[in-house]
Amino acid sequence: MSESSNLADIARRNFLTRAGAVTGAAAIAPGVFLSVTASARPADEAVTARKRWGILVDTNKCASGCNDCVTACEEENGWGHSEPESNPEQKAHWIRTVDIRNKSTGFAKTLPIMCQHCETPPCVDVCPTGASFRRADGIVLVDKHICIGCRYCMMACPYKARSFVHEDLHDQKPWAPRGKGTVESCTMCVQRVDKDRIPACVEACSADNHNALIFGDLYDENSEISKALKAQDSVEIRGDLGLNTGIRYRGI
Amino acid sequence: MSQFLPALRVFAVLLSLLLLLPQAATADDDDGGDKETLPFSELSFPEPERRFSATQKCVRPVAEMRRNHMTYILHQRDETMHEGIRTRQYSLEECVNCHAVKNDEGEYVPVNGPDQFCASCHSYASVNIDCFQCHATKPVRPSTLHTQSSTETEHTTRELSGTINPLLASEGPAQ
Amino acid sequence: MKLSLNYREIEGKSTGFWILLGGLALIIALAGGATLFMEHEGHHVTGMSNQIVWGMPHVFAIFLIVAASGALNVASIGTVFGKPLYKPLGRLSGLLAIALLLGGLVVLVLDLGRPDRLIVAMTYYNFKSIFAWNIILYNGFLAVTIVYLWLMMERRMNKYYKPAGFVAFVWRLILTTGTGSIFGFLVARQSYDAAIMAPMFVIMSFSYGLAVFILVLMAAYNWTNRPLGDVILYRLKNLLGVFIAAVLYFVLVFNLTNLYATEHHGIERFILLDGGIYTKLFWIVQIGIGSLLPLAMIYHPTVGKSRPAIATAAALVIVGAFAQLYVILIGGQAYPLVLFPGYEVSSAFFDGQITSYSPSIWEIALGVGGIALALLIVTVAVRVLRFLPETLEDAAIDPHAAGSGK
Repeated sequence: MSESSNLADIARRNFLTRAGAVTGAAAIAPGVFLSVTASARPADEAVTARKRWGILVDTNKCASGCNDCVTACEEENGWGHSEPESNPEQKAHWIRTVDIRNKSTGFAKTLPIMCQHCETPPCVDVCPTGASFRRADGIVLVDKHICIGCRYCMMACPYKARSFVHEDLHDQKPWAPRGKGTVESCTMCVQRVDKDRIPACVEACSADNHNALIFGDLYDENSEISKALKAQDSVEIRGDLGLNTGIRYRGI
Repeated sequence: MSQFLPALRVFAVLLSLLLLLPQAATADDDDGGDKETLPFSELSFPEPERRFSATQKCVRPVAEMRRNHMTYILHQRDETMHEGIRTRQYSLEECVNCHAVKNDEGEYVPVNGPDQFCASCHSYASVNIDCFQCHATKPVRPSTLHTQSSTETEHTTRELSGTINPLLASEGPAQ
Repeated sequence: MKLSLNYREIEGKSTGFWILLGGLALIIALAGGATLFMEHEGHHVTGMSNQIVWGMPHVFAIFLIVAASGALNVASIGTVFGKPLYKPLGRLSGLLAIALLLGGLVVLVLDLGRPDRLIVAMTYYNFKSIFAWNIILYNGFLAVTIVYLWLMMERRMNKYYKPAGFVAFVWRLILTTGTGSIFGFLVARQSYDAAIMAPMFVIMSFSYGLAVFILVLMAAYNWTNRPLGDVILYRLKNLLGVFIAAVLYFVLVFNLTNLYATEHHGIERFILLDGGIYTKLFWIVQIGIGSLLPLAMIYHPTVGKSRPAIATAAALVIVGAFAQLYVILIGGQAYPLVLFPGYEVSSAFFDGQITSYSPSIWEIALGVGGIALALLIVTVAVRVLRFLPETLEDAAIDPHAAGSGK
């Protein structure tokens, strides 16, 4: 399966970046070492490719009818009730729960779908201005300062993860700016992750004791998510596209 | 040739109108178009309630901020957006935290509102600001930029480097 | 010997001319108003949504851009392939190409979420994006065609116009390849993601561009009472027939390939059988009214010689073109993305559902404004510069052509 080769890739990259970091630290000055522990990154230090953030969704623990991850995301990022003029087709959706049912077997599941934070995101490829980009630590974002609102990324995204804002917004959250005429999507709660907190959806899911979402560093083999991925099978949605997504699913 | 002039004129007017359309579309965001022109020294701004330090009102000397605030904000914008650097000194949220003031009812007034800190000067200078179509205009959570007794803080460890993309810098006010 | 060709500005003093100019200006003004309203309110006043991301403005814009590239074809046949019959038409061909492209670009740009940031699109480039390439290709096409036109029209520079014509010809092929690839490169969507999109758009451009060219040529010569001979007109309409058939061939291959792969049965069933408006548009308008009917009219031994019939056929091709682009663009988006093959899917975000689209008057106005702008540019340009030969009667262009049928 491509899953295993992807994971092997991750492990290899992990090793290489670690090795690079160690030599880098050694080169700075004798007696001065960069710490590579899991502690908080200082506010003035840039994110690096030594980490790759990801989420494992265990759909076996996803309760049908539960929408807590979605409401937590709305609350944190200020979407959901912010667009009174837009019709339902036009309203933004950063994360949604999807009910699926196998047509021949009847097997049914509920699962959340949001930006899959691909390693090679089609939205980033097609964006004419580079507003759509992948941060060094794997989080795919829209730089709304240079987004011109052409919506080509929405055409290219295989997951329908992106939304366009169809009207003027007011009272946005300071940590999640968003506005008319630009495209937006799940940011993996980058404002929280940068402060060593977990995304709002993951927090809400564990607060309810569902624990269907595990967030962590895919490159850190000791992280909970890496261990869980190594121990049991998981898949990417539309794995055929070979995008090596940061969001992985179990039980579908 | 003169017989062509009317047609040319019509064409030129139409073409320029079309080119101006995008500008016109956002024109209603400008405030204070009907004001008398004042000398800059007579503009009044709402005073923030806090000072950055005992010796300094803002995060940089006022004269410097007046001239270059957009460069600081723009630089911070790109660092935060693309590199996850979240220092507070030049954070737009902290600008708002300090410069948004409360009205008589004790509620915050949007910092880009008419006669408020941002708008008063920007409408004087006829420079459209684009920040607040997306960014919050009122304080929401307490400031984490503590007022300091000295200008040197942990937040100044990353000084503005001299390598700001001139293209970005020149676009500052529009962004 | 053939008579020397005299290009002359149109007189442009008649009431009809001013009515045309005023009418086009009025349409543009209305479109401008509609655009202001859309930009002020945001896209919620349009029929576009997070399901149908690109709508009517894009149908118009892509039609104009594709037709622009095709309109240059006539000049290319004269210059690159050395057919003397087409040479007198070269100037109009270049002008039409520029005008249509400008019209299309204006529509495309004014539909952006942030048209005020056009400067960003010109200064920040992501070179992996086919869209970014297209920005360069479009601007380059304008520049190349303007130079080509200048070399053609400036007597002293005439000797250089052949290489310029060749560059313009290659450039326009690349340009339409780029336009087709906007869809061809969309790996995620069932209805796109096909390499054939690029050549299909090139052939579509031949057909759309020539149809527009024939209509503009006939209108210009009819309204200015300049003679337009049968030789040139019949040659153009026969060429249009070939292009219509070529487009049909590409449509056939595209759909046959999809029909062979079980993976694509869903989208094919949607477009060809039970897609409601899209199925009707495909079979009745695109295939029937827009392709087969004009083909029959063009090649009919008597009808094909009638000028109104030729004009009607060209107009029908344009109608078919809009239907085709509507089916490709809107139909392709209305059919849901397949995330879980073999599963029924539902969500609050319309997963697994065919979404409906009803274009608003604003977006249609914007699109029509683009066409009006293109026509206005042509009207003004032929009035102030020497684009049109005084006569295109058979004897003037190539006395031997009529006899030899070459």
